[in-house]
Amino acid sequence: MREPENITEMKQILEAALLTAGQPLGLDDLLKLFAGRMERATLRMLLDELKQDWEDKTLELVQVATGYRFQAKPELSAFIARLNPERQPKYSRAVMETLAIIAYRQPVTRGDIEHIRGVTVNPNVMRQLIERDWIDVVGQREVPGRPSLYATTKHFLDDLNLRSLAELPPFEDFAQSEIPLDT
Amino acid sequence: MLITTSDIKINGEALYELPHDLYIPPDALEVYLESFEGPLDLLLYLIRKNNLDILDIPMSKLTMQYMQYVEKMKAIKLELAADYLLMSAMLIEIKSRMLLPKPEAIEDEDDPRAELVRRLMEYEAIKLAAQKLDDMPKVGEQFQVADAYYQHIADIKPPEVSVDELVEAWRNVLKRAKLTSHHKLGRAELSVREHMSSVLRRLQTDGMCEFSQLFDLNEGGLAKLVVNFLAILELAKEGLIKITQQAAFSTIYLQVSHAE
Repeated sequence: MREPENITEMKQILEAALLTAGQPLGLDDLLKLFAGRMERATLRMLLDELKQDWEDKTLELVQVATGYRFQAKPELSAFIARLNPERQPKYSRAVMETLAIIAYRQPVTRGDIEHIRGVTVNPNVMRQLIERDWIDVVGQREVPGRPSLYATTKHFLDDLNLRSLAELPPFEDFAQSEIPLDT
Repeated sequence: MLITTSDIKINGEALYELPHDLYIPPDALEVYLESFEGPLDLLLYLIRKNNLDILDIPMSKLTMQYMQYVEKMKAIKLELAADYLLMSAMLIEIKSRMLLPKPEAIEDEDDPRAELVRRLMEYEAIKLAAQKLDDMPKVGEQFQVADAYYQHIADIKPPEVSVDELVEAWRNVLKRAKLTSHHKLGRAELSVREHMSSVLRRLQTDGMCEFSQLFDLNEGGLAKLVVNFLAILELAKEGLIKITQQAAFSTIYLQVSHAE
């Protein structure tokens, strides 16, 4: 095995690793490919070049929360989806509302979620979100009972093609007209 | 009737046919369970869709109705009954605080409805956020991640070997070498059967064959020639081949014997 000597060879190594990973690879993972003979700044530059190289191909190199990954161009996804015709089951409103509260108000306890939704949190709802690896426990609130504090995971951002929570639609966008007190 | 009908307007028109049990009709319980996520959701619906002043509530009737409702709920979904009960308590508290005369000393007290309105509006925003999250493209649905096949091979380090292990291995080899020296007869026996097969296979394909052609003098040495000869004799003895010679010292021919 011979270490890469030029930019083309380095990009080939990056490309093959990213195409076969099946999940995002972070800068630290990608640095391992070069056994310590690579600067982070150079790596970023190579990734930028790689992204441009693939611009008019069928896959695109994108950056999400946990790193870089190749994915099919969105316009092709509709065709690929035909390979798996059975529709993915939808999450219930309870699940999605709980997820929205955790995403926008994290870290939150079950009590916080119950206060906002006005109903008791069904343990099943939390389990579904934890099993999907979209939320996890990040600590306990220092109040009686030490309730768990929940937050969204990086995997949640990966699945929504986001780099950070800041890329979620701003919460202010969802505010509706005031409820008048004097009628 | 809980609310006078003239209070209610839908699309600017007064509604005269009011649902009899507007807050939580026990009869329509199962419908509510499915379509509303709880008392906040229901309140929000009543305020937004029906333009009702839900905060101006006849308390005694509401209380009576809620108790009926809770009775029915006990049989179906107790924890949800508790949620609605809490909400009714809150509504009654708000109402009672509004009815009480305000002493001048606490004139600037917040409107008791403000907290409920704040919660309703926050819940409304969360509801929309949830819909938005649901609609956002996701991996496995609208995004397909590249996953080219790659046979993952771990970077395996060669195992360490000590001198002692090497000595032990050599001893084992010696031990086994001694054992094999006693098995020469067995091996020869086996190879006769093996040669029988190969001679027979050769005769099957070539038909008639000269005796001398069946011996390869350049390979295997004397032992192999002997074994081959034994194999031919064995085949003849078992009647599998026919050996013919026209005259003394002329060419000997072999062929597979066929059933007459």
